[in-house]
Amino acid sequence: MANLMANLGLAFAILGAALAACLAGAGSAIGVGVAGQAAAGVVTEDPNKFSKVLVLQLLPGTQGIYGLLIAFICLSQVGVIGTPVEVSFAKGLMYFCACLPMAIAGLVSAKFQGQASVASIGLVAKKPDQFGKAMIFPAMVETYAILALLISLLAIMGVSNINI
Amino acid sequence: MSDTQYTYAVARIRSKELLLFNAQAIEQLLSAKSYDECIRLLADKGWGSGDSRISAEELLAQEREKTWNLIGELVPDLSVFDVFLYANDYHNLKAAVKQVCTGSEDFGLYISHGTVSAKALYDMVNAHDFYLLPEKMRAPAQEAYEALSQTRDGQLCDIIIDKAALEAIYTAGKASHNDLIEKYAELTVASADIKTAVRCCRTGKPLEFIRRALAECDTLNAAKLAQAAVEGIESICDYLSSTNYAEAVEALAQSPSAFERWCDNLMIRDIRPQQYVSFGIGPLAAYILGRENEIKTVRIILSGKLNGLPDASVRERVREMYV
Repeated sequence: MANLMANLGLAFAILGAALAACLAGAGSAIGVGVAGQAAAGVVTEDPNKFSKVLVLQLLPGTQGIYGLLIAFICLSQVGVIGTPVEVSFAKGLMYFCACLPMAIAGLVSAKFQGQASVASIGLVAKKPDQFGKAMIFPAMVETYAILALLISLLAIMGVSNINI
Repeated sequence: MSDTQYTYAVARIRSKELLLFNAQAIEQLLSAKSYDECIRLLADKGWGSGDSRISAEELLAQEREKTWNLIGELVPDLSVFDVFLYANDYHNLKAAVKQVCTGSEDFGLYISHGTVSAKALYDMVNAHDFYLLPEKMRAPAQEAYEALSQTRDGQLCDIIIDKAALEAIYTAGKASHNDLIEKYAELTVASADIKTAVRCCRTGKPLEFIRRALAECDTLNAAKLAQAAVEGIESICDYLSSTNYAEAVEALAQSPSAFERWCDNLMIRDIRPQQYVSFGIGPLAAYILGRENEIKTVRIILSGKLNGLPDASVRERVREMYV
């Protein structure tokens, strides 16, 4: 029974890492995909705007990277990558919870950042000289992904120092 | 993202909006000294196909063709925009019925870009195969054909088909589940009803005829408008003052063309916010209406220049632009 509980802890930790990577990645794929459609529309009419709209298209892609980072750190803390360590059920559950902010905020923020990018691509299509301002609108959404990244990061580091 | 978001299409339209005429471009056309200079200015802005020998109507037809070709590229199923083409369909139906009844050989009355080809419409009416027509056209086509062949009353034929066109537009607007298309349909029907009521009032038509000519819509009560039309132009104005079209009364008092301009400007003002919408069918519909409005305005300017009309009289008819 104790053995099962210990393994369940590890399973929860891996599930948390998987969710952080998958949900944040899925959000980024949605965001980059929709912004890509808008970017393609603008480039069809004016290929000179390629570099500007490419930057805007890539903005929702960062959540996927943050999710990957959290998953990587979590997996290394529980010994899946690197030196194997024993993970109790409670600790595994804590790792799972620590990954959730990045997973959920990553998914939602990337999706909405994609929509903000589409609107900014429309702005660049009409007023290319306003590119700097156009970049700020989707970048604002990034704030919340960074906050989630920070919390997940601090929580994982904090959990690793708890002896339970 | 669902497929109905039209993200790629809207982004392309955003770029295309840069090529639409704004108030300054229209002012430039108005300031042109002659018709030829106007045509040159239009060619500089990419209008036409580079052939300077074509007539103004051919030039405008080419521009309309360009718009629909672009929309055809962007939207896989063009039926969402059928509401904009019904007016052409029913115009062609009217032309076909009249041509068959009079035995005329003149095919110049037809308009391109309908949901059914003009030739097919003519063939169906000529063969009396009314059942082959789109469902909504069958009954009015047969009724108009019988009315014209029995009474030789062209006006009766016109009101039957015009009313059917308005009903088709109204129904398509409701079915679109899109605010902009619904608003377009509503305004089209309401403005046509007001114009018909004023015309019937001025020509002294009986109540029964007016009732038959007016189509139902949400913002006007056809029965009250018909009654007002029988009573006189002041009654029409009084009735309109109690509706959404109170501001139209002044334009109506001025002239029918001032009223038409008022309606077009109202539509353009309503669709302008679509320039800031990034998803959905709305910006595409607004672009079509913006282009139609632009083509209409250029037609007014070109015909003014061609016929040597005074600047002030052309300026009066010029519409507000979408961008």
